[in-house]
Amino acid sequence: MPVLNNKDLLGIKELSADEIKHILDTASGFKDVLKRDIKKVPTLRGRTVVNLFFEPSTRTRTSFELAAKRLSTDVINFSVPTSSVVKGETLIDTALTVQALGADFMIVRHSSSGVPHLLAKNLRASVINAGDGTNEHPTQALLDAFTMREKKGRIEGLEVVIVGDIAHSRVAKSNIYCLTKLGAKVRLVGPPTLIPDGIAKLGVDVYYDMDEGLRGADVVMMLRIQMERQGKGFFPSTEEYFGRWGLTSERFALAKKDAIVMHPGPMNRGIEISSDVADGERSVILEQVTNGLAVRMAVLYLLAGVKA
Amino acid sequence: MSKKLLDKQEIERAIVRISHEIIERNKGVENLCLVGIQKGGVYLAMRLAKKIGEIEKTEIPVGSLDITFYRDDLMIRRQPVVSKTEIPCDVTGKKVVLVDDVFFTGRSIRAAMDAIMDIGRPALIQLAVLIDRGHRELPIRADYVGKNIPTSLDERVEVLLEEDGHEDSVVLMRREDAGAK
Amino acid sequence: MKILIKNGHVIDPSQELDGIYEILIEGKKIKEIAPSLKKGKSASVKVIDAKGMYVLPGLVDMHTHLREPGFEHKETIKTGTHAAIKGGFTAVCAMPNTTPVNDNAGITEYIFQKAQKEGMCTVYPIGAITKGQKGEELSEIGMMKDAGCVAFSDDGRPVENPLIMRRALEYSKAFDVPIISHCEDLSLAEGGVMNEGLLSQTMGLKGIPKEAEEIIVYRDIALAGLTGGRLHIAHISTEGSVNIIREAKARGIKVTAETCPHYFSLTEEAIKDYDTNAKVNPPLRTVKDIEAIKEGIKDGTIDVIATDHAPHHKNEKLREFDLAPSGISGLETALSLSLKLVEEGVITLSELVKKMALNPAGILKINKGTLKPGSDADIVIIDLEKKFKVNSDLFISKGKNTPFEGWELKGMPVITICMGRVHEWQ
Repeated sequence: MPVLNNKDLLGIKELSADEIKHILDTASGFKDVLKRDIKKVPTLRGRTVVNLFFEPSTRTRTSFELAAKRLSTDVINFSVPTSSVVKGETLIDTALTVQALGADFMIVRHSSSGVPHLLAKNLRASVINAGDGTNEHPTQALLDAFTMREKKGRIEGLEVVIVGDIAHSRVAKSNIYCLTKLGAKVRLVGPPTLIPDGIAKLGVDVYYDMDEGLRGADVVMMLRIQMERQGKGFFPSTEEYFGRWGLTSERFALAKKDAIVMHPGPMNRGIEISSDVADGERSVILEQVTNGLAVRMAVLYLLAGVKA
Repeated sequence: MSKKLLDKQEIERAIVRISHEIIERNKGVENLCLVGIQKGGVYLAMRLAKKIGEIEKTEIPVGSLDITFYRDDLMIRRQPVVSKTEIPCDVTGKKVVLVDDVFFTGRSIRAAMDAIMDIGRPALIQLAVLIDRGHRELPIRADYVGKNIPTSLDERVEVLLEEDGHEDSVVLMRREDAGAK
Repeated sequence: MKILIKNGHVIDPSQELDGIYEILIEGKKIKEIAPSLKKGKSASVKVIDAKGMYVLPGLVDMHTHLREPGFEHKETIKTGTHAAIKGGFTAVCAMPNTTPVNDNAGITEYIFQKAQKEGMCTVYPIGAITKGQKGEELSEIGMMKDAGCVAFSDDGRPVENPLIMRRALEYSKAFDVPIISHCEDLSLAEGGVMNEGLLSQTMGLKGIPKEAEEIIVYRDIALAGLTGGRLHIAHISTEGSVNIIREAKARGIKVTAETCPHYFSLTEEAIKDYDTNAKVNPPLRTVKDIEAIKEGIKDGTIDVIATDHAPHHKNEKLREFDLAPSGISGLETALSLSLKLVEEGVITLSELVKKMALNPAGILKINKGTLKPGSDADIVIIDLEKKFKVNSDLFISKGKNTPFEGWELKGMPVITICMGRVHEWQ
């Protein structure tokens, strides 16, 4: 029987294909729960989940919060920019304080890569990475995989195209690890300034030409473009970016007829994706959000069963 | 070190008898719904539904219920695999008969009742089990029992069914032998 | 007080000695050295039997951060020099990035006096090239030299403006002092925290390309060629730097270079799992770079092995990788790690003594790194066979920040004699 062996979920990098599948299978059970009128189960009654967010985020935090509540845990939101860190408290001290409040789970988001790893090493609580720097965002990749599996019936052999700022995207990183482990074929598309040299060594194909990269794709995943990249010379203007790497319906037609389009949100309409594609019938962007709940419930549930 | 408690024929007889009891007690099969508790109760529920259907010449709705999320022993059992909950009808207003293979502490049944109540509001819930081995830890009793078998705590009762690739039988084993089937 | 060291295998490249010699110390100086000193045994002579041991000149570290004044929670002159003695060093050069910065003769004198009073080994201050290490105005190099500075460096930072660097190399010629360059193009490095490559990508950490180091190595060599000043390149970490320096030396440019034990002992893989104790600047690189650094050590391109001893408080390293300070507490592991080069056959023990004692003394023009009669009684006696496990709890340095924790190393100092004072380690 497959089990997760680590008390923490730090990244997809650290997971085996079997562990990933086990999480996705478990998430299916929770998706059924979410379809009921009573969307709550008593599974983790009495446990405490702390959302420890050092970086502003509404979507991921809300998703984790609701997932935790659906499992009957008590949830505390600890947003740090407004709290002690401003007073010069160290990261470890903040985390130890939160643990002392009785946290069983710490959902951590931080702008610096490796922070969840540092906390995991120094805390008894289970640490779940909700996005660290440009490293990983494992639950996003899991919900993406869950959505693909649900829509396409499988992941193995799928042609998945990830478009945009690969270099600075933790979503892209986690998806690359997750999809390659599950046997999908991954293509990365974007300007050379945003696709790191040598990333092909991870078992992916790199395309600078979007039309070429889209041909025959089963899944097109668009990434959010951070506006501040323009100022740093990664691309000259959003107009030029959209012209080359934006997803329009004409471009999307190059993918397979039944291809789906995904986006981790929040979207920049007219910069990386046009509205007609984002709102089109092959867009699964809102289903990703729903599936995020099921996947996060599964992660909390499975980690609760890990013997420390 | 295992002892056969029931054979294929005895299991069949128990199913027939319980089927009749269910029909009798409920004065027919109107609004009846059988729900097997994953894993062991699901095939038994299907057998009962089939038998009742044959007797009453009608189709009896039968479903499966996963109680993993309702268990009180999550930390003891570590990450049990979640199975499907599939109930083909709305349980609200129905007479739900929960079906399990071995009735032991009563904790699974408690979890199953909670799980059912989160899905809908049945008119009533009854419990059918193939084996009652005693050692209740909660004030719960079965409405239909295939066979009462007194056991000691270091023993284990296994219900083996054809649907799982075994020959139909119920066996009693010492705890240390369990799992080595 | 006289000390006689006998039966030891003496290696002193300054006199081309490599064999069993006896050394007589009188007071703070070496009195005599010969295969056999036929002196009558007298009660006033303390005899050290170094049978089976190697006897070397005390090591000279030309790149040490003693942290005092200003960062006494990381290290003090007292603890740093004590750690040095334990590591076999009898002289260390204190980098100027303290608070206040050692950019004037007053600070130099303070360090000098504090070292006289509390230091367990000799301390040579290194002055800042520019005031406040800001890279804008030259420090008073002449006055600081008079106060005791043996070299000048803005270590921790490059001198970003090439014109200022040119002036420093020119002006320093009047005082015959080396300018030590920390080579890093800050725009290209852009706040990076590790080597740039696939690993930095997969760890999500900002990378520093090798070229950020090499561009400044090349720039400063060009300026040394232009000015004729004495340039010493600190802590080189890349294959490209080795090649650029090798080529410059062949052209006759006055340039010397150093590396540190971590640059030939560890690759970037050491920071996996975000181990901040392996965060250094320049960052740890790749196997290919390690091979090139070893080749540079072997062929003489790299003159010096220095520690870049950079102690930090535990809590400073226990934090976000991006924000943790760079540096390794290196004094107490440098010799043992460097002895691996001898074991691997990269260089001989005599060549190692040159890189860790004679050459730095030569570059700094200090009378150290030799066992010649009349020189300071600075000697280290090492047991090449003795094995130990690195345990930072046992470090004398306040800095427990080592990526070598738990490593099995072979060869360590057993006795360090500094200015005639004997320190024994068990």
